[in-house]
Amino acid sequence: MVEVPDDLLYSKDHEWVRIEGKTATVGITDYAQQQLGDLTHVELPDPGDHFNQFDEVSVIDSVKASSDIYTPISGTVTEVNSALSNRPEAINTDPYGDGWIFRMEIVEEPEEGSLLSPAAYDHLIDSDDE
Amino acid sequence: MTYTPLTESERFSMLATIGVPDIEALFSDVPPALRAPAIDLPASLSELELRNALTALAASNVGAGLTCFAGFGSYDHFIPCAVDALATRSEFVTSYTPYQAEISQGNLQATYEYQTMIAGLCGCEIANASLYDGATGLFEAVMMAVRVSKRRRRVVLDDALHPHALEVVRTLSAHLDVERVCVPYREGQSDLAALAESIDDDTAAVVTASPNVFGAVTDLCGLADAAHAKGALLVCATHPLSLGALQPPGAMGADIVCGEGQPLGLPMSYGGPYLGFLACRSQYARSIPGRLVGATVDSRNRRAFCLALQTREQHIRREKATSNICTNQALCALRAAVYLALMGESGIRAVSERCISLSHYARETLRTTPGVSVRWEYPCFNEFVVHTERPAVDVLNALCERGVLGGIDLFSVGHGDGHALLIAVTEKRSTGEIDQLAGALAAAHTS
Amino acid sequence: MKLLFEKSHPGVPKPYLPASGGDGLCDVRDAIPPALLRAQPIGLPELAEPEVVRHYTQLSARNVGIDSNFYPLGSCTMKYNPKVNEFAAGLPGFAELHPAVPEQQVPGAMQLMAELESYLCEIAGMAAFTLGPLAGASGELTGILIIRAYHESQGNPRRTVLVPDSAHGTNPASAAMAGYDVVSVPSTVEGEVDVDAFRELAGPDVAAFMLTNPNTLGVFERRIEDIREIAREHGILLYYDGANLNAIAGKVRPGDMGFDAVHLNLHKTFSTPHGGGGPGAGPVGVSEALIPFLPGPRVHSNQAGDRSWVTAGEHSIGRVGGFYGNFGVLVRAYTYIRAHGADGLCGNSETAVLNANYLRVNLRADYPAAQDRICMHEFVAQPSRALLENGIRTMNVAKRLIDYGIHPPTVYFPLIVKEAMMIEPTETESKATLDHFADVMTEIAADARSNPQRVRDAPHDAVVTRVDEVRAARRGNFSYDPDTIPPDV
Repeated sequence: MVEVPDDLLYSKDHEWVRIEGKTATVGITDYAQQQLGDLTHVELPDPGDHFNQFDEVSVIDSVKASSDIYTPISGTVTEVNSALSNRPEAINTDPYGDGWIFRMEIVEEPEEGSLLSPAAYDHLIDSDDE
Repeated sequence: MTYTPLTESERFSMLATIGVPDIEALFSDVPPALRAPAIDLPASLSELELRNALTALAASNVGAGLTCFAGFGSYDHFIPCAVDALATRSEFVTSYTPYQAEISQGNLQATYEYQTMIAGLCGCEIANASLYDGATGLFEAVMMAVRVSKRRRRVVLDDALHPHALEVVRTLSAHLDVERVCVPYREGQSDLAALAESIDDDTAAVVTASPNVFGAVTDLCGLADAAHAKGALLVCATHPLSLGALQPPGAMGADIVCGEGQPLGLPMSYGGPYLGFLACRSQYARSIPGRLVGATVDSRNRRAFCLALQTREQHIRREKATSNICTNQALCALRAAVYLALMGESGIRAVSERCISLSHYARETLRTTPGVSVRWEYPCFNEFVVHTERPAVDVLNALCERGVLGGIDLFSVGHGDGHALLIAVTEKRSTGEIDQLAGALAAAHTS
Repeated sequence: MKLLFEKSHPGVPKPYLPASGGDGLCDVRDAIPPALLRAQPIGLPELAEPEVVRHYTQLSARNVGIDSNFYPLGSCTMKYNPKVNEFAAGLPGFAELHPAVPEQQVPGAMQLMAELESYLCEIAGMAAFTLGPLAGASGELTGILIIRAYHESQGNPRRTVLVPDSAHGTNPASAAMAGYDVVSVPSTVEGEVDVDAFRELAGPDVAAFMLTNPNTLGVFERRIEDIREIAREHGILLYYDGANLNAIAGKVRPGDMGFDAVHLNLHKTFSTPHGGGGPGAGPVGVSEALIPFLPGPRVHSNQAGDRSWVTAGEHSIGRVGGFYGNFGVLVRAYTYIRAHGADGLCGNSETAVLNANYLRVNLRADYPAAQDRICMHEFVAQPSRALLENGIRTMNVAKRLIDYGIHPPTVYFPLIVKEAMMIEPTETESKATLDHFADVMTEIAADARSNPQRVRDAPHDAVVTRVDEVRAARRGNFSYDPDTIPPDV
């Protein structure tokens, strides 16, 4: 079973984003963590780094792959989940909670249609599995 | 000649199983115009004929019998017989990269031990499973430093690095986003002040060597501090056997230590195969190019080893990989490991000290030899430069006739004025042979 | 098994060097300033030679090579390595040769390299070869740098390199290191390059198309002539990854197929030992137009037959390795070619293809090939639907093979085939070995139905059971420390 919470937006690269006012919290989806398998390392961006939407922000490693994390939103990194340095498996156990990766201050609202609704993301991963 | 075990009747029955009339039918996908090319090769030889032919070819290389005072990245160091006996065991020789850990524990544990011994020699925390050779290893070390620095693009290179290594760095980084700055040496020594001054806020690394290509040994502490103050890394190439007696670059602040591993039990073999070693701080593990073996446990919680961090390698990460390197130089690394294990702590220290004492003896002897003088003065490990009154190339030819390989004409490798001879003395040379070298050099200048 | 460091007992005498002192030599402290002297121990073990010999002999017993058992590792050409090759490379006239010995003192080595270059030209159908590249990946990068230099000489380096989605990972990695963007070309359902897709992607911005033929699915690219025509039309150079030459050496030549640059893995087709992952050698051959860009130094022969080293010319990409390439590996490959001649090489390719097809047919019931048609020297199989439904994955089959002492095939590659199992038997295996392997694979399939858990938990009989790779990646223990090393129990 793959969990796709209703209150988030998604990217085609399997990141989720929670927007609360000017703050965006970003992680990878339950589907992504299942595909990657046991995570072994998360490289975190530095607070203060600025990224445009869909820039590469960091790399996460699992036993199977190293994958780039792209930011779904344009903004400046304000906080990173440094607990992941010692416990990358938090992404496996709680991808939408303890497994969040970084927070940003949003400088520009995402363009209409550049991110997926929960229903659209659900559809995307269904077709991925075929 | 062939090593194929199939008999004719077995071939027929296999073709029948496959359901094709003949071998040609298996190649039916090949467009007709491309089939059956004429290939002009010498006729095949039986093993008897082959051994005679190869023995004759090898025997014509009379240069292999010269008393060797040549170095320049390839050294005539002593190799215990047990190195050959162990490193030629076919369970090691005929295996491949240990992707399947459970059937490759021998290779994996030997590599883990190699990594540990190389790290210890270099004064670093970790080492990788090896690279192709010292020259390509320097390129990989430079690119690793650029990766570690994230956004910096400038690399300061000491011109007293091995010229082949510098050329390889130029070739392989030509189309990468890296700016190379070369700093000239002074009197055969790395110009530490100029290197330090060349570091700016965009510098990922300053890259030097100790001993450098002229044999000079350097105190790196100040340069390390200068690099770190600007947020740059210090990369240092070194001669691994120098580290038995000399302070390792890692202990003087170098962040990445690399070099040519041939002195560690590998034959000179006309330039290869050799071994690139690379050691660094453990915090850079994920930026290391090539293979890395890690300790872990099996499903019954017993000690085991496996390849680690493979996901950064080309076979998974493709164009975003840390390097295109596919394997390590496993058998050469095994030789190095066996060599280090046999010599041990005391043996490596003794080799290192003997090289220093003998090269000191040689330099002092040549100081008073007619026709030659010491070109540059500095503390050296096993190599130094002398000035020859006659052109060095002529001197070398005269020495060859006396059974001595006298060193390297530095002009032939882009340095000096044609009168500079780079001489290497390993623990294999005796004082008698050094005296013979001195006599031959004197004779070359009087005849 | 204990590590060297755990067996160490300092104070063991060493038999290797003359005792120091008494020979007029100075103390190191008289030659080196104190700040430059080593201040801390190295951390090397202290063991007597018999102890070291036993250590490595025991380690070798925990390793499997081709000499131990069948090793059908696809794409790696794990064929028998004739012992005479080792004899040749070990001859003192080769092994004890310093690379700076003047050319006139090494006529045999120069002759060997010049002749090997000409043999490789014949076998590959190319105009010239460099023996300098140190491995397959080193050859790839060399080849793409040559292609880039050629395009630059034509006024435009171009921007992209195309690779099939079935390509070895080194292809895109090498192209990226030469400064190119990499674009993937899809495969057809028949496992070959989608020529229409290639035609769409071809254009003036494309520098090269890197191909392996036969490709990594083990099938020959039947439309290679069409690919050549499209490439010519756009000035795209064709690069041949020689990883799979063992199917076609002596039968078909990359040069005749239209390739402009080629690397050959001497450790595959020419049977130099893989050594547990190196050393190899990756000579690069080129067409006439690319010769000026080859790396140096190269062997030059004058009219009198004297040979010398010439450094790279002004158009050369420059040096790609320390000296002249992996000479010891070149000696072995030379010996192998002299042993076989053209007919022998051709016969080896035929037998390699015969053996692969024989296995493909014999494994069909439980492990059908992804492309179940005539294959070349290897094929990509998948566990049958029935096995998959029993929860058996390729990794389980691979690990179960270890219990039989057989090295598993290459698994999960190529990436475009799910649960891929790439099987390359090579020509040096007997029919009895192939039959035994097929029997073992059938037995594993039967086990998978009757006792799937036993297959999933494999290996059972190896020196270790399933190794915890997740822990290895998370803990990052790369160097011995008595406090962190897992106990030897």
